Amino acid sequence: MEEKKSCCNCNYGNEADPKYVELDQVIAKFKGMEGALIMILHRAQGIFGYLPEEVQRHVAKELNIPLTDVYGVTTFYSYFSLTPRGKYRIAVCMGTACYVRGAGDIVSAFEKELGIKVGQTTEDKMYTLEVSRCIGACGIAPVMTVNEDVYGSISADRVPGILAKYNAK
Amino acid sequence: MEHIRSHVLVCAGTGCSSSGCKAVEQAMKAEVDRQGLTSEVKIVETGCFGFCKMGPIVMVYPEGSFYCHVKPEDVVELVNEHLLKGRMVDRLLYRDVHNPKPEAFFNDIGFYKKQHRVALEHCGAIDAESIEEYIGVDGYQALAKVLTSMTPAEVIHTLKQSGLRGRGGGGFPAGVKWELAAKSPGNVKYVVCNADEGDPGAFMDRSILEGDPHSIIEAMAIAGYAIGANQGYVYVRAEYPIAVDRLSIAIDQARKLGILGDGVFETNFKFDVSIRLGAGAFVCGEETALLASIEGKRGMPKPRPPYPAVRGLWDKPTLINNVETLVNVPKILLKGAEWFASMGTEKSKGTKVFALAGNINNTGLVEVPMGTTLREIVYDIGGGIPDNKKFKACQTGGPSGGCLPVELLDTPVDYDSLISVGSMMGSGGLIVMDEDTCMVDVARFFLDFTQDESCGKCVPCREGTKRMLEILERITKGEGTMDDITLLEELSETIKGASLCGLGQTAPNPVLATLRFFRNEYEAHIIDKCCSAGICQSLLSYSIIAEKCKGCTLCKKACPVDAISGSVKQVHTIDAAKCIKCGACLTKCPFKAIVR
Repeated sequence: MEEKKSCCNCNYGNEADPKYVELDQVIAKFKGMEGALIMILHRAQGIFGYLPEEVQRHVAKELNIPLTDVYGVTTFYSYFSLTPRGKYRIAVCMGTACYVRGAGDIVSAFEKELGIKVGQTTEDKMYTLEVSRCIGACGIAPVMTVNEDVYGSISADRVPGILAKYNAK
Repeated sequence: MEHIRSHVLVCAGTGCSSSGCKAVEQAMKAEVDRQGLTSEVKIVETGCFGFCKMGPIVMVYPEGSFYCHVKPEDVVELVNEHLLKGRMVDRLLYRDVHNPKPEAFFNDIGFYKKQHRVALEHCGAIDAESIEEYIGVDGYQALAKVLTSMTPAEVIHTLKQSGLRGRGGGGFPAGVKWELAAKSPGNVKYVVCNADEGDPGAFMDRSILEGDPHSIIEAMAIAGYAIGANQGYVYVRAEYPIAVDRLSIAIDQARKLGILGDGVFETNFKFDVSIRLGAGAFVCGEETALLASIEGKRGMPKPRPPYPAVRGLWDKPTLINNVETLVNVPKILLKGAEWFASMGTEKSKGTKVFALAGNINNTGLVEVPMGTTLREIVYDIGGGIPDNKKFKACQTGGPSGGCLPVELLDTPVDYDSLISVGSMMGSGGLIVMDEDTCMVDVARFFLDFTQDESCGKCVPCREGTKRMLEILERITKGEGTMDDITLLEELSETIKGASLCGLGQTAPNPVLATLRFFRNEYEAHIIDKCCSAGICQSLLSYSIIAEKCKGCTLCKKACPVDAISGSVKQVHTIDAAKCIKCGACLTKCPFKAIVR
């Protein structure tokens, strides 16, 4: 029984789940602070990797606000994801500076290498390909990030090399 | 007592971080330590120097030597030669693209020579994570002066005299805004710093937060004193993790020294600052939407009036200023309104920071007095266009601005001049485009951005931008008609006139500006089905010039869809029906035999 619980995501309400324990600590810290919802959701996404419905329900219940308020916020802001993402999130910057320096070619190169389109995750759950808004590193455009790592002045031919680094991890 | 004879400054902005400055700094620390120089050489991790393309950048003071593209393996030589023997390492010094002679000193470099750094003064000069270094450059002196010797009315008067206008885009006089907030009745008021730098291609606010976070805290505290607020919020993008970290560190340090909290500088004034993270919504740069987001709601704008200065955050009077506006405030109060007003033009005082990017040699952050011409920025500071290509346009004002052609390069950069030529200052993104940029595609790019970022509250913006995007897509595919141009113009007027907030009101600007200056490109796409820049794929056709083809087969191997046929040493041909116009063959051909 225990094993079954830990291998799926639907253990909402299971107080023993360390992720929910951590989430409750976050909620306790922010509870009472005005306008805490977005700050809590940031932390929650950090803990769970994305914001599944159960987590949104949990946050709504704990903050004593309607689920619609939580769902309204999670769907409004592009930073929040309602679907699971890969271990590595590749985000190619599509700001103007990156765009005029060929960011589109970088996206195509990743699509070709990974066999997925923007917004999709590879079957092995290793990579999610996204395009991001300007990350403010225009001086070294085109830019992309893999999780927290920033790569500047990239070209399409560097794409396989960048992926190889993470495949090896 | 220790005597530090050399300061080694390692840039740790986002640009240099991605080029590997951390490894350079660690190698430098290890080598200085190994050679026993720790007591005489100090290594400082600073904010952004602005010249991101040259990163990782290392500067050595007191000489002011400027080393570029420094790698960890260069460090031993730098320490041995420069720090021990006093000889500069020639091969790592900056070289201008047009001049092979190295420039030894920071001040001689063309990129910096014409700049006048006021807002960016501390960026790259001090350790952003040390409050002592900030205090060492007169930090928090303006706050102390204000709290001990000025009334709130005097502070506001000084700001009004200085002529400082909002740097976030609109250019509203900062002093007038402060006065409105001060006059609004109420015991509870707020100061908000707008650090939701959403304009693609603008990154000055990020650099200031990363390189000089204490200036923002100081300015917010001064604003709090002037309008009667005890709480400040910095609304910063979650996409800027380094800025968020440095700001949190700065807030903690200020609290520990009694600069924030109850009884600032042991006076009766109480002020604190906290951080709120954005979550990726461009519309939150609009002040009423930003306030909704701080309240934890969907970031949707409200009609104004009432302005936030009257009824803002949680319905209390709220002063909202952008990062670059605030960073000027302590300097104005310390050096006087006259000093600030002596820079710039009649109606636009002071300096402005631009994020210079795109097809230009020297990319990075530049700060110039208002009134400097675009030509000076692009050619004298920016070093012109790379690869001998021709200048086509420069884009200012982000998705709310316009593209200016070569004929307008002598336009002075100030709020009013830019508006008079159909663009706007915006937050200061300046993106240079060369002859290989298609202006119809650029308009499409911006509309794609604004229709995606429209919050959906008003129909003209939500539906109008979508329809405009569809028309532009049609034109870039060669399916447009001349009526489409009229339709674009009509839609633009409606969206501008009927949208609630700045996002919608300015969304058609990129289309209107390109129609005004590059109408011939629209017509070429529609009538001749031709994209002269070679960007719009549907309008391209690839062919091989028989005389130039040597039959090397490289193109055939590169083609992903087997559209090229031909045997070794025979002229190859492209099957237009199969070709997906990816351009792979063109880049592979060593004989320039493929044309589009």
